[in-house]
Order: sequence, then structure tokens, then C-alpha cells
Amino acid sequence: MPPLLKLILIRIGLGLLTLFLVSIVVFAATQALPGDTARAILGKEAADKARYEALREQLGLDEPMTTQYLSWLGGVVTGDLGNSLVQDKPVTELLSRRVQNTFVLVLIAALVSVPVSLFLGSLTALRRDSKFDVTVTVGSLSLAALPEFVIGILLILLFATQVFTWLPAVSRIDPTVPIYEQLELFILPALTLTLAVAPYITRILRASTIEVLESEYVMMARLKGLPDRLVLNRHAVPNALAPAIQVTALNLAWLAGGVVVVEYLFNFPGIGSLLVDSVANRDMPMVQAICLIIAAVYVLANLSADILTILVSPRLRTGLR
Amino acid sequence: METTITEGTGTAPAREAVLSVEGLRIVLDPSGVDIDDDVSLVIHRGEVLGLVGESASGKTTVGTSLLDYQRRGAKIAGGSVEIDGRDVLAMDPATLRSIRGAAISYVPQDSSASLNPALRIGKQLIEILEVHGFGASAADREARLAQMMAEVLLPSDKAFLRRYPHQLSGGQQQRVAIAMAFANRPKVIVLDEPTTALDVTTQAHVLDTVRDLTKSYGVAALYITHDLAVVSSLADRIAVMYAGKVVEVGTRDELFDDGHHPYTRKLLASIPDITGERALRGIPGWAPRPGQRPSGCSFTPRCDWAVDKCREAFPPAEDVSPGHRVRCWRYKEVGAHRVADAIHLRDKSLSARETQEHEVISVRDVTAYYQHKETLHGINAVLSERQCLSLVGESGSGKTTLARCIAGLHPHKIVGDIELAGKPLARDARDRPRATRQSIQYIFQSPYSSLNPRKTIAQILSQPLKVFFDLSRNEMEDRMVKVLEQVALDSSLLSRYPDQLSGGERQRLAIARGLAAEPTVLICDEVTSWLDVSVQAAIIELLAALQRDMGLSMLFVTHNLALVRSISQEVAVMNDGRIVEYGLVDAVLEDPQADYTKKLLSDTPTV
Amino acid sequence: MSTPEIIINDSELVEPPVINPGRRRSEWLMTLSEAWRMGRTRIGVGIFGAIVLLAVVGPWVAPYSPTEFVAPPFSPPDIPKMWLGSDYIGHDVLTRVLYGGRTVILLSLAATVIGLAMGVTLGLITGYARRWIDETVMRILDVVLAFPQIVLTLLFVSILGPKLWLIVLMVGISHAPRIARVTRAATLEVAQRDFVHAAEAFGIARWKILFNEILPSITSPVLVEFGLRLTYSIGLIAALSFLGFGMQPPAADWGLMINENRIGIIIQPWPVFVPVLLIGILTIGTNLIADGLGRALVGIERDTGVG
Repeated sequence: MPPLLKLILIRIGLGLLTLFLVSIVVFAATQALPGDTARAILGKEAADKARYEALREQLGLDEPMTTQYLSWLGGVVTGDLGNSLVQDKPVTELLSRRVQNTFVLVLIAALVSVPVSLFLGSLTALRRDSKFDVTVTVGSLSLAALPEFVIGILLILLFATQVFTWLPAVSRIDPTVPIYEQLELFILPALTLTLAVAPYITRILRASTIEVLESEYVMMARLKGLPDRLVLNRHAVPNALAPAIQVTALNLAWLAGGVVVVEYLFNFPGIGSLLVDSVANRDMPMVQAICLIIAAVYVLANLSADILTILVSPRLRTGLR
Repeated sequence: METTITEGTGTAPAREAVLSVEGLRIVLDPSGVDIDDDVSLVIHRGEVLGLVGESASGKTTVGTSLLDYQRRGAKIAGGSVEIDGRDVLAMDPATLRSIRGAAISYVPQDSSASLNPALRIGKQLIEILEVHGFGASAADREARLAQMMAEVLLPSDKAFLRRYPHQLSGGQQQRVAIAMAFANRPKVIVLDEPTTALDVTTQAHVLDTVRDLTKSYGVAALYITHDLAVVSSLADRIAVMYAGKVVEVGTRDELFDDGHHPYTRKLLASIPDITGERALRGIPGWAPRPGQRPSGCSFTPRCDWAVDKCREAFPPAEDVSPGHRVRCWRYKEVGAHRVADAIHLRDKSLSARETQEHEVISVRDVTAYYQHKETLHGINAVLSERQCLSLVGESGSGKTTLARCIAGLHPHKIVGDIELAGKPLARDARDRPRATRQSIQYIFQSPYSSLNPRKTIAQILSQPLKVFFDLSRNEMEDRMVKVLEQVALDSSLLSRYPDQLSGGERQRLAIARGLAAEPTVLICDEVTSWLDVSVQAAIIELLAALQRDMGLSMLFVTHNLALVRSISQEVAVMNDGRIVEYGLVDAVLEDPQADYTKKLLSDTPTV
Repeated sequence: MSTPEIIINDSELVEPPVINPGRRRSEWLMTLSEAWRMGRTRIGVGIFGAIVLLAVVGPWVAPYSPTEFVAPPFSPPDIPKMWLGSDYIGHDVLTRVLYGGRTVILLSLAATVIGLAMGVTLGLITGYARRWIDETVMRILDVVLAFPQIVLTLLFVSILGPKLWLIVLMVGISHAPRIARVTRAATLEVAQRDFVHAAEAFGIARWKILFNEILPSITSPVLVEFGLRLTYSIGLIAALSFLGFGMQPPAADWGLMINENRIGIIIQPWPVFVPVLLIGILTIGTNLIADGLGRALVGIERDTGVG
């Protein structure tokens, strides 16, 4: 088996293993922990033995743990994530529209933040220590520090209330109208996410670009008399790809978690705000499902980053570790 | 600056000066501290000028300056670099680009880092032709490429050219760099220690290639190196640098037989002599770094000839004879003192084996593994009491592995017997009884890595004392002072930290730490590889004296065959995990039996 | 490389060390003083100090009690009686702001310390232990890493309820694998240096080597991580309060205040804006400190050389 294929398969295997373990954690946390789910749901009414037992049986809590886990896992894989305790409808049904919304939101944020960060990151590296560089660096440092909801509220204050009243402060997406006709409701949450993520990507890209620019092989290219354009495009860029991919994927993975607070803030109907509601209502099946989805996205993003990095680095491609 | 012909100096007759460096000054940026000052050199057509210097001499920075390039952190502050009359330092960027890689090219020290890991080597080779507009078509360029590769003895088939740098060996990478440098038949070539990272055999090949190509194309070459032995076989003329200044320049013969600068003389005396005639003599002290150079002549603190004048001002350049310049106030007296008289002859009795002593360490049929691979195959060796055995080999030969097995630092599978005074040794040092651990002490290769930078010297020295002995505080302090004396270090260093010491001092400290345990066996693993030649000589002197005076049994691991006579009585030559030759030092070096030993001897550059 | 680079001392392009040879050499002190030289760090420390001061001293200088009703809800500022107006229920905003910083700062510090303790220990162990221990622990940590920090915390809050100790614990636990990775990398690098091998050759016990030889050499990266993680802790814990899972009404807490009052953001922005501003400035302060430490670390390694 060619070393490249082997390397990729190992990575995928590890990713699957992690997902498997993640599912165990999610399951164990929500069903196997003391703090009895049935009791938690019933609250005071748990004193009524009959109802308590009935609920336990309904939820399958009276069977041994491994059986419970396996049947739950089976459900997950086949798309049956149980019913929401709050709305008594299948979780998958309630999630589908929300997942779409969040997906579009994250996509927009990614499509904006990645090119902007790549551009700023490489430009600041090329114009190191210039006024431009210093401004961008200090700006990134400050933005990177701020929690997402702080950025969000500042944006609201800026655009939707006091200073300008251009944009809606709350995104009430009409579920009957297709997404692409309601895009202006995505603007503020997407902008918040972008501003939250872009500084990280920019800073790391700047650092790795500087490292490439100061490398021995770039020096050698200059000493061969190559014009700057060639030095940059032919010699520098291919080596800056791998770190660029890594950091982009990792930060996009972060977005999977960043949506939680941002969606809640803007009342955006996505899985993030749904998670907050479900946690508040102790809607366990819903919490399980959303946690699984988010964790899966995270793992997949990391996996893609790993594999893309391998494909892009000749050293790793030819089997060296 | 040279306008007159270099007559009667033992080199070829009149040639034009192709490269002329005048008053070059390079400083640290932004502090403005000097790295190099007032460097002036001339190189003629077809001539190789060796630029020799040790640490902090500034020689490496001179190299890239000739192409008007400095890394971040340094800046060219003055002087001129003329190639065929045109000053490189005064050129506009476009002209500069046109001469880089064409009129003047550069061969880097470490091609594994200088070749772009993301590009195939074919591409990197062809682009130097493309950029300088060679040939009328792609076919022309490919033809030239094939010719280039043939000159450096590399294949030029498609498959080979499609390789990435990491798929080539170190020697091959360096050849690629040389091919690139000669591609456009430059007038000047700057070679920056191109063989430092290579083993002796590969180095010999590369040197041959460089010599041939410079001669056939009439290129003026600057060969930067710390290794005088290498440069003696390659260079027509040599310039010696110390602490940022050129202190002497002349033909090879002039410098070697008639050096007029105290540093040149001492440097020559510190080169290991493989014939065993000359004793090794080091230079005490160490070379000052930029910013820490004393006023006046920087060599003063280490110079036997120093007088007050030397501390006041830096001596100007004076001509000993046409083409032979030196910067020393007392050069006439130095020159009058004949080199031949000043050579210390080695005490030959040192390498004579004493009467049959007991076996201290015996290694029988040892095979060692590293992750399922055999790295040592069936080794048999004996270290006798009060003797020093050298383990010589190139990297990958297994010499360090063997040393580590004996020391208990090879935590992998070992088959066979290793015994200390007849008793079998456990594989891992931690499984050995305390007395055993105490008897065998190991000195590591890198003085920068073997001392904990967060600890004071006292703390470092007290470690073995605490582990092996039960002493009161006063007793410990006494011991520490004593052991520092043994390695010629002052006791005031006890409260200092390792990074306040020079490389040579650190290695002495490492030796002191080993001695503090009062061992019977001392294993020295390439302990001078990371040190300047002059410092190396001092350490070898120290170790040889300690071994004699304290009756230690010593295992001396090195890749430098030339060193073994200066320190050991017996030598084991290793290759590929096996001992290929084993015997008394004199016998093995004068009459080698194994082919590998013969090859190693012939490839090792000598002065 | 076949033969090692010989000219290691040939650090021609390195500035002469700025550290005075006579000064005390504890590594983390060096990092701290080096960081202090930078303007950025000083601003960060200033900011952080100011906000902490405000949070600590606040309750003593507050004009009212945080649960006292002083005016109708969302009344505009009325200097000098109500500098910032009243909040959604009628409390004095200024008072609640002065009271509201303590919990965020305390809880964030606690979470960071917990995360650091766990992460550094795990990092040290995996960096120096046998291969299988390393692999197993890293796999487990990968699982924790698979969850964004806030999601992991919410998962457990859904089961056990919005308890403060749980939040601190979970935020700390979610920091641990990230800190462990950094610590492990630093430990691995130090463990392959020869002075560690020398100690092993002497026969010194592994755990002693870990604490006496290795740990002192990794304090700087750990210090940097502390600054970084503290910034994230503040963001996370404020966010959790904002979401309603942290401090509960009627407690005065900045995160909680932001959520409670955003409904009236258009007419009375102050009870939202001021806590937002304070949290924002606080995190910028800690991030500047962390960044300063990070740069100092790089600078020192360059000057004194690796090892």
C-alpha cells in the first residue's frame, strides 16, 4: 500500500475512533450519570412512582447501560435521534431547518473571514513593522481577546441602535421564506463570527509567512537572482500553504462552537440557540443530538486539515513522518 | 587594493583580479555593533581564496555580503565589493538581480535547508538558467542542465530531476547546489562551508568537484571554512579572520610555513596531526562575540606576544612580502621565530601500550537494536585499565550507540555481554547498582545541551555528589572547588549559570561533573565536535593529562581520525555497525589493513 | 546531519544578551521582566489592574445596594443621583456594575488555575512517560478536545444544572487538553536534551527528574498559556452568565446584566454597554499581557540560546 494512502487511512481511522469515543461521552453524560434523567424531567412529580417508572421504561432507562448505548448508537447512525422532550416531535425533524440556517451562517462567515485573513496575514508579513502592520496587529490582538458576544453587542450598538439603525438587531427568520431571500438577517451574526475568527487566522498566518520569508530557501532563491514576484509565488507560497490550511480549518472548526452564543444573542434560529434552549429545558435527546453534531463537525474539520496538510507537503506525501 | 603582481610567492604568474573587496564593514541591526570591520580581499581568475576563521570571526557574514545580501538583524555599513570593476554594493536592485546567480553565485552551508522542500530539484535547477535568460530555447536549457549534472556527477534523467530535495542524500543535495552555482559560468563563486554537514568521504568528493570546476572555468572562488585542513588542500591563498577582521592573508605556503600573526601560528598548532608528529596545542580563552571585543587588537587576551600597544590600537595592515599582509604590531618578531622551531613534538610514548593491564570493560558479541533494526552487529572490544581506546567512525557507524550501550543509555534491546571488571552490566543505567553507575561516567557531545541552563554551576556539580556520596555542605564545596581546579576553571564560577560560559568552558564543566563522581571509566562522546579547533585542542590536552594523571580508563568517541593519536593508545575503526579494524594507534594509522580504514585515511584532509 | 554543526557559538546575527550576568536567573522572572520592557505589556497590566481594582473596590464605593429599587425600570441617567440610569427592574446600574465584576474575575481565575494544574501535570507526564501512556492519554484528551469549550460545559450543565462550581470545573477541564498539548510539546523538547540524559545516567528517579530538571525549563511557555487561558476563561464564564447558566438573578454580574437588559437596549443602552465595555477591556488587557509574555519568551530563547 502506498505510504500516502496508509497515512490517510490511519488519520481517518483515528478520527473515527475519536468520534466513537465522543459518542460514548455524550451518551454517558446524558444518560448514564447519576442525576437521573427521568427524575430531572419529572422534577417534583417524580414522587409519583408509577409515572416515574413509566417514564423510565419509555426512555429505556431500565435496561443495562451497554444495551442502551448500542440501541442509541444504532439510532444515531440510522438517523433516529429520538424525540424532543419539549415538543414531542422527532429531533431530526426539528433540527433540519436549524442545521441549514446555521450552515449558511457559518458558510458566510467562513467565506468572508478566510480571504480577508489570508490577505491581511500575508500583507502584514510582507510589510513587516510598517504602520500598516502595526495597526493590523494591534487591532487583531484586541479583537482576538474579545468574547464573541461582546463583539456582537458592540455591533448591535453600532449598527442597529444608537449609532446607525441600518440592520435588524434580531434575526427573526421566517421559516416559510427561502433563505436566500432573507440574507440581510444573516449579516450581523455573520459579521460577529467573522470578527471573532479572523484575527486568529490573520495572526497565525502572519507568523508562518514571516517564517517562510526568513527561511534559508527563500534566501537562496534571492541569491539566485530571482525577481521578488517569483520568490514569493514559486518559493514562498507553496510552503506557506500547509500552515495556512491548518489554521483556517482549525478556526473554522471553532465556529461550530462560536455559533452558540452568537445565535442566542441575535435570536438566530440555528442549532446554537437551540442548544441553549434545550439545555435550559433539559431536553436531553435534543442536547445529545446537537452536541454530537457539533463534535462531529469539529472532528471532521480537524481531520480535513490533517489530510489536506499531508497532500500539500511533499515530504509527508512521499511517506516521511 | 593589490595592483602589483604577486611575484615569487610560489603561485601561478600574473592574473587579473576579478573580485576586489575593500574596507567592508557589516554591523548588527539595529544596534550598530560591528560584526566585520575593514575587510579587504582580492581574488584572481581561477584562484581559490580560503577565508578561515573560528566562532564569531565574522566569516559567514562576509560571504553573503559579496552578493549584497544580509539576513535580518545585520546590515552592510560600508566598503565596496567590485567584480570586474563594478561595485556590487552600489548597484540598483535590477542590476543586482542580474548578477546574482550569473556573475556571482553562492553555495550554501546546508543544502537541506537551502533547497526548497516544496519544489522538485529539476525545477530549482532550471530556473537559474531561465531567470538569467540562458539559451534560445527550452532545449538549450535542458542540454545545459544535463551538462551541469554530469559535471557534478549526478544523473540527469527525468526521474531523478522529479525528486524533491528530501529524497536526496546530503552529498547529493550539496552537489545540486554546486551545479546551480556553476550553471551560468559565474566569474565569482562564494562557498560557505559547503562540506561541514557532510561526512569525510562525501566531503572529499565535493572538494574535488569544486577544485576541478573552478580551475576549468577560471572562476574566482571564496571558500569560507573553519577547517584549515580542508583549505590547505584546496586553496591557493588563504585569509585568516579573527573577531571580525582579516589578520593575515597570503599564499598557502606563506601562511603554513611562514605565518606572521600569532593567531595564525597558534591556529596551525591546534590542528590535529594525523601523522602524530606534532603535539596538539590549544589556545586558552575563547573568541569574543560582537559587542564584547576588547579595544585595540582583539586577540590580545589570548596572545603570547601581547604588549601594551596591542591594547591601545588595532594594528594596520603591513606587507611582509608582496601579497602577504599581516595586521600585528610585532609581526617582524613573530616572523623571525621560525615555525619549525616552535612545533612541539608529541610525546610518542603516550601512544605506547603499557604492559598488559586488566580488562575494565569487555564487550562480547554485542548486537544492539533500535526499533527492530540492528544497529550494532556482533561487536567485540576491550577497554583495559588506564588505557584510552578511541572509537572512530562516520555518522551512522554505531560508535555512539556502542558508547551508550556501555554507559547504560541505550534503552533498547541488546544481545550479548557487556561487563565491568568481570561483572555483567545491566542494560539500563537505572538498573545498575550505585557503585557501577558511579564508576562509569559519560560526557556528552554538546556542551549547550548537557548542562541545565536553569541551574547554577554549583547545583550542577553537586548533583553527582549528592547521588553518590554522603557529604556535609562544606565537604561538598571543597570537592567542587577541587574538581573545578582539575579542569582549570576558577571556583568563582560556582555561582554562575552555564550560559555565562563559553563553549570550551562548558565542556570543561561537563568533564568536571563527570570527575566529581570519582569514576574509573570516562566515556567521551564526540566531546569536541561542537568546539572551535583551538578550543578542541585545549580540551584534548586536558583529557589526555587527566587520563594519565588519574589513571582513568577512557573511551574516546570521535569522527575525526586525526585526533586519535593525540589522546589514545588503541583505536577501533567502525563502519556500519561493525568494527572493521582494531589495534594500537600507531599500527593502525601507519599500516592499515582494512579497506575502509585506508579509504578513511586518504579522505581525511591533512595539513 | 552527519557531522554536527560546529559553529554554534557563531551567533553572529544575535544581539549580545541584554541580561545582566549578575542578575538572578530564574527563568520565569526573566520572562516577566523581559515582557515588562514592552509597552504593550505595561498597558495590559495597567488595564487588568484597573478593572480588577474596580471589581474589588466597587462594592465599597457603590452608592446603593444592588438589589435596591431606585427608579422606574430603564430610567435614563440622572447625574448625580443615577450616573448610569436604572436597569430593567429598577436597580441602579452603576451600583450593579460596581458589584458585578467580582464573580467573573474570581471564577475565571479559578477555572484557569484548575485547567493549568490539570493540563500541566498531564503535559509533563505524557511528555516524559513511556509511549503507551502518552498515546492513551492523548487519545482521551482528543475526545475532550472534540467539543468546543462552551458546548462541553453546556452538556454537563444540562444534566447537573447551572451550578457555579460545575461551570468553573468544566471550563477548567476544557482548558486542560489544550494546555496539556503545549506543555507536552515543551516537555518533549526539554526531555531530549542531554542534561536530562545525564541525570538519567546518574540513576535519578524519573519523577525527580521531571520536577527538578524538566519543570523549571518549561515555566515560560506555561506562563504564556496562563495569560491566554485567562482571557478565554473570562470570555467563557461571562458568556455562560449571559446565556443564563451562571450567576442567577438577582445577583449582580456583568454577563447576567448584559442579558437582562438587552431587551431595552434601544432606550437605555447603559446597563448593557458598560458591562460589555468592561469585559471587553479586561480581556484585551489579559491578552496584551499574554502576548507580551509570548514575545519575551521568544526573545529570551534567542539570546541565551536553546539550552
